[in-house]
Amino acid sequence: MHIAKLANLQVKKSEVEKFSRELSVVISYFDELNGVDTSDIQPTSQTTGLENVLREDDLETEGSLNLQETLSGTESICNDYFKVPGILEERSDK
Amino acid sequence: MNIPLTIKKTQMGLKEKKFSAVELVDAYLARINTFDKELNSFITVSDEHAYREAGDVDKSIKELGKEAFLKYPLLGVCVAHKDVFLTKSIRTTAASKVLENYIPAYSATVVKKMADAGSITLGKTNCDAWAHGSSGENSDFGPSKNPWDKEYVPGGSSSGSGVALAANFALIATGTDTCGSVRLPANYCCLFGLKPTYGSVSRYGVVAMASSLDSIGHLARSTEDIEKVFLVTKGLDQKDSTLAERNFQISKTKLRLGIAKEFFTEGLDEEVKNSVLASANFFEKNGFEVKEVSMPYTKYGISVYYIVQPAEVSSNLGRYDGIRYGGERKRFADEAKRRIMLGTYVLSSGYYDAYYLKAMKVRSKIIEDVQKVFENVDVLIAPVTPTPPFKLGEKVNNPLKMYLTDIFAATANLSGIPSLAIPCGFTKTGLPLGFQLMGPKFSEPLLFKLGKLYEDWTNWKPKVASLST
Repeated sequence: MHIAKLANLQVKKSEVEKFSRELSVVISYFDELNGVDTSDIQPTSQTTGLENVLREDDLETEGSLNLQETLSGTESICNDYFKVPGILEERSDK
Repeated sequence: MNIPLTIKKTQMGLKEKKFSAVELVDAYLARINTFDKELNSFITVSDEHAYREAGDVDKSIKELGKEAFLKYPLLGVCVAHKDVFLTKSIRTTAASKVLENYIPAYSATVVKKMADAGSITLGKTNCDAWAHGSSGENSDFGPSKNPWDKEYVPGGSSSGSGVALAANFALIATGTDTCGSVRLPANYCCLFGLKPTYGSVSRYGVVAMASSLDSIGHLARSTEDIEKVFLVTKGLDQKDSTLAERNFQISKTKLRLGIAKEFFTEGLDEEVKNSVLASANFFEKNGFEVKEVSMPYTKYGISVYYIVQPAEVSSNLGRYDGIRYGGERKRFADEAKRRIMLGTYVLSSGYYDAYYLKAMKVRSKIIEDVQKVFENVDVLIAPVTPTPPFKLGEKVNNPLKMYLTDIFAATANLSGIPSLAIPCGFTKTGLPLGFQLMGPKFSEPLLFKLGKLYEDWTNWKPKVASLST
């Protein structure tokens, strides 16, 4: 339940038991890694060996989306802005 | 009309005016309309788009004649794109209800490069939602069925891409391979499938699964066609910063083929084992040195993969908040939820060192294995999966069992090397069999050379399943 909350997922109570059971089996399988000696081993996060790949900071018109294209994926628009759920509430102590 | 099964024959037919590109599209769409209701390989058929592109192809041929095929190497090639490749103005769902109504405002680099080379987009193929799966059964749009036997899975996650080619609904199909998702459907559908070197083909505009592992590949019915498409899709695009271009020299001395004993352990199906060893024999008979080698850490591939991948998945799927495009997060189906939660867990404070960091370190050990082995051999031969295709429904209730399907695929993704899946025949019951060849990074030219030799030695003919309604 805590993990689902961290992951911003809504998981029903009935699902919690199922997911816990399934994922416990998978996580137990990972125990085999304890048998590998990894002292003095550097972790690998990517395989290219490339670092700081940069390009000229030119405006790329082909790769830019115009206003209409930018808003094409959503229906909740207000005055050419994305409409998002409110995060501020009116103070109740006023 | 009889639809040709290779790029060469298709382009020859167009050149000799046996058929027009529009007629070719007619023929594919007729087959899709007749057979795909049952096979479920397409999520979206883009017929209007296809006819427009076919019209352009016919116009180019009329204007330029044979020159057109030099200018546009994929002219008239009808393509089915896996539904994780963004296609401008054609719906792209990643086979998830979250993106059910998403129409991209731009195309993936690979889609654009192929279209610029003259290809025709027929539609978007079904897959496991977000490319999470080994059988195609995790699609929110229903599973695809294997044309060679409809009771069996076609392999995933690029399931619809495999089915579309085996059913002759398209000439080329794209796929993504994060841990076998191109090679597995190729293997289960009697096709060739390329997982290229990580960093050789742009991921720009492809729905991200696990960013350090995702490779952008494709499926075809011959090595030659795999190579023709790769020559178009590879290379820098100024958009994906992992890209590099390297020349690869094929060694002129006797080539050495390695058989890693860790890929031939218990649990490997006898027919699969025998077919891979029989294929290795062809190489030996034709002058290759065949050597047994050992890669002791590759057996940890699945554990490492199922830590690293969900960790990256949980991060990549974090962006789907339903604000700028797509639906709400509650539309994620079970497998996406499982992976997001698993990833969140292995990255969470208190478990990070034990799982994620440990997995990244064991990944280094696997890479060491790979580097060492390529000091002794030029290429590795291995099974793609432990078993031939399995039945629909057989593994759906057991995630771990499903995950273990990918055990032989993991090495190539974790180390970034290329792998070519090659078909080699059928089981006694008529299900496809195959093997994979893995080489060092950027050794695609070597894999293509060996694939073509193997086809010559065995007199391999491009195959499609026969279908009836």
